[in-house]
Amino acid sequence: MSDINVGDKIPALELPSITRTTLALYAGASGDHNPAHIDIDFAKMAGMPDVFAHGMLSMAYLGRMLTNWQPQAKLRRFSNRFAAITHLQDVITCQGRVVELIEQDGEPLARCEIQAAKATGEQTLIGEALVAL
Amino acid sequence: MLDRSKIGHQFPSFTVDIERGRLRFFAKAIGEMNPIYSDEAAAKAAGHRAIPAPPTYMFSVDLDGPELLPILGLLDLDIGRVLHGSQEFDYLGQIYAGDSITQQCKIVDIYDKKGGALEFVVQESSYTNQDGELVGRARQTLVYRN
Repeated sequence: MSDINVGDKIPALELPSITRTTLALYAGASGDHNPAHIDIDFAKMAGMPDVFAHGMLSMAYLGRMLTNWQPQAKLRRFSNRFAAITHLQDVITCQGRVVELIEQDGEPLARCEIQAAKATGEQTLIGEALVAL
Repeated sequence: MLDRSKIGHQFPSFTVDIERGRLRFFAKAIGEMNPIYSDEAAAKAAGHRAIPAPPTYMFSVDLDGPELLPILGLLDLDIGRVLHGSQEFDYLGQIYAGDSITQQCKIVDIYDKKGGALEFVVQESSYTNQDGELVGRARQTLVYRN
């Protein structure tokens, strides 16, 4: 049995502001060595004003929010699109809520809408998670 | 225009060792404080057989292949013009420290929008552990700015 209900909010996760150190550590730890995230000279050559955050860093933050809320073993599906670029100094907050209870392959699941957004309210990641009840 | 004949292309499969220290580093880099993601004793106390890989770690398996982003060479892409459009993961099992994960990836679609100004490359990957158990699948869309 589960006490997950439609309308429940997933406890939000507010992150520290994104720094160059954040991006350097994530590049090394994740294996994503795309220089656009760690090398300002490369970023400028590619037409960007500065390095910018890996989309997958914010997806990892969404993952933290989900596994803080429910054990990872209950996670069946996790998806998002990357709606806006996250820049240095942005403060990202992850939020989500249960929008529907469904059944898939005989298993009851909570369908959750999730998002990451900047302090301005601009959404950076918009997605969905399916979590076993 | 990106080469549409590459739809269906299967990249060579490869196997990656999931290292405990690397998972600790990953947990640190994403600010994960739950000790099950960095401390083996805590993971075991929570019922895991080892430190679990966090939900997005499958993407790092992709990046640990013999070539970083083999799609770049195959489609002759300039990495400075590649953006990540979307990412999906399906969980059928759990990846743990100490596992050997075999990744298989193929291109399932290439299409364009805005009269070709943006092109989209869709790849699907599967992840199988050393016991032959399919533990996850992923679907990724890359956006190419022409």
